[in-house]
This record gives sequence, structure tokens and C-alpha cells, in this order.
Amino acid sequence: MEKETEKANSITVYIRRFDPEKDSAPRQQQYTLQVEKGMTVLDGLHMIKQTQDPTINFRFSCRMGVCGSCGMMINGVPALSCNTQILDVTTTALTLAPLPNFKLIKDLVADLVPMFGVLKGLQLHIRRNDVEEMEKPTYEYYQTPHQLEEFLQFTYCIKCGCCMAACPTMATDREYPGPAPLAQAYRYNADSRDDARDARGDLVAASHGIFSCHYAGECSNVCPKGVDPARAIQLMKKDLVLSYFGLAKHKCAHLHKKPDKSTYKAKIEAPPHTV
Amino acid sequence: MKETAYWTWFIIAGIVILVIAGLHMVVMHLPMFGVFNPESGAVTDWGNVAFRSQNQFLAFTYIILLGAVLYHGFYGLRTIVFELGPKKSFQDGFTVILWIVGLVLFGIGTYAAIAAKALETAL
Repeated sequence: MEKETEKANSITVYIRRFDPEKDSAPRQQQYTLQVEKGMTVLDGLHMIKQTQDPTINFRFSCRMGVCGSCGMMINGVPALSCNTQILDVTTTALTLAPLPNFKLIKDLVADLVPMFGVLKGLQLHIRRNDVEEMEKPTYEYYQTPHQLEEFLQFTYCIKCGCCMAACPTMATDREYPGPAPLAQAYRYNADSRDDARDARGDLVAASHGIFSCHYAGECSNVCPKGVDPARAIQLMKKDLVLSYFGLAKHKCAHLHKKPDKSTYKAKIEAPPHTV
Repeated sequence: MKETAYWTWFIIAGIVILVIAGLHMVVMHLPMFGVFNPESGAVTDWGNVAFRSQNQFLAFTYIILLGAVLYHGFYGLRTIVFELGPKKSFQDGFTVILWIVGLVLFGIGTYAAIAAKALETAL
């Protein structure tokens, strides 16, 4: 029985092909692939490239769902090809296409640079009003586990662009920043060490900004890292509305001077040495 | 901040519509709550219509409902049009036009609600 399930399975793979120097529009090319248990979509693409068609273009790097390079449409759903096993998706036909809502570079390679531009524009780093302290820190910013929990899950974003490809607002509104940048904006706004909530809020609440989100929620459904960008966007909307009414409660973390080691005394004494 | 204000009032208008349109439904379709339909018979009988037209509370709620519906609807229309990707100048102009049309319609509706009080003399 075990051998039966591990037997190679022949499937048809349809790959969207496009060469801007040759093609006027994307076309679909068909391949046959012998699939074994455990084979990922990226493995399958490598197999096709090595044995059938060396001209196929696709992007990858880490092969273990960390770098976010290999995002593509797998049977109509945005996902990472390196952590999607073929037999989990299909036993007959596999359709691969580049991520929509991005400019197409070649074959399965979408241009993610505009997304990185938006991420950069939203000033996604910890900013404080006390610039001198920020540049040459002399203090520590204490953060409780609860404060960390406020934004921790949003730090797992690998900027693969799957959420951007799934977003219906991105499909219709080209000026919309997209779920990934907005979720990252919330990640820093929710960080108790950050002091730039108002400035970042003004950026995301501009025309075609965060309020263009219709809460379809597909971004959260497709995220390969389990991040919930839709939740981040709704929480950010709530914060913006509370700020509009002057009810926002965010306070920047207090500075705590580093303990002087000469006078520092631990609250719990270490047990005496036994040897 | 401007878009935050627009969206916030859009949500508030939605809640207002839910409450006041709910009240409207109760008044118009559940005649057993006879506070606003004192005459026996259907809610569309002349006596009941005239009574409701003279009621200041109902006139006030209908004016609020009108404002909420206009704002909520026009914000939705603006969002749909903006998603089509028009130029910034068109967006600004379209917003101004919606404000003007909305205020004119609100003025006409408010006048109608207030003028309905004249039914008192027609009785």
C-alpha cells in the first residue's frame, strides 16, 4: 500500500510563458511531469527545466519558504512554489502562472520592485522624535511580552507578494499600496518603541490608501507564513479613527537608563558556588 | 486625515441608516406600534400620513436619514469611480461636484420634510 502511494504519478503541467522580446502576449505551454510524493512545485519546475525545456524562467533562492522569491500562481492560488507539494494541489493537472497585480518580467517572474518601493516609502523602521537618542542610543527601550505580542505575527512577513496578488483592490486600484506594506506599517505603528505613528498614519490614510481596502480577506487566506494582513489593516483603520477623534492611547516606550554595573544588584541572588 | 474623516463618517452614516431606516420600517410596516399611526386603518391612510408629516421627531429623523443616505451613497460612488484610476485633478473635481450635488439634494429634501408640516392646514 505504501509503495502504491509513493509510485510516480504523471501529471500535465501548464506553464504561462512570456518573453517580452518575442511574444506580444503571454501564452501557455504544456509539459508532462512524473511526480513523486514530497515533490514541490519548485522541484517540478527544476525537473522540467533540466529534462525538457531549459528556457523556462522562474525565480527562487532559499528553497525553504523563507526568502519569498518563488511566489507564483499555483492552480489559480498565489503560493510559494518551494513549500507547496504538487500532490497536495493536484493529481492530474497543474497550472503555473506569474503573480498578478505586478508587472510581468518573463515567464513566471513578476516584478516585485514597486512593492519594495512602497515599503521603503512608508518608513518601515523604528523612528523616534528624539533623533539624538535614536542615532546614538544611551538608553534601552523596555518592551513587555504583551507589547511584543501586539505586532509579533506581522514581523513574519517575507515580502513574497502573494497577498498583493490575491488582493482584489490591488487588481482594480493601481495606486493602492497593498496588504503587505499596510500590514508592515501597522507592525511599526503597533511597536511601543516607535514614535512616528502620526506621520506613518498620514501616509497610509492618503487618497487610494488604507481606506480603499474592502476587507475581502484573501490576503490573509493566501499568506504562506500565516500572517494576517487583513487584521493589521482593520486594526490600523481603528487606530486612525481613534486618532481622528483624539482617543488614541498609544504612548511611546519610556527610556530606561542602562543599569550601572558597579551598583547593580540582582533582585534574585544566584546560589552560592558548590565547587 | 481628510480620507480618515471621510471614511469615519461613512461608517457612522451606515450605522445611522441602520437605526433610522429600521425605525422607518417599524413605523410603516408594523402598525401594531400605533404611536405614529393613531388613526385606525392602514398606515397609508390620509389621517396617519398627515399625523406623521406633522410630527417633529419623525421630520427630524427623516432629515438625518436623508443626510446619512446621501453621504453614504456618494462616498461609495466616489470610491468606485476612484478605483477606475482617474487623474488627481478629476478626483478633486469629482469630490467637489458630489459635495455640491449632495448638499443641493439635502436642501431640497429638508425643505420637503419641513414643508410637509403645511399638511396640518390642509386637514
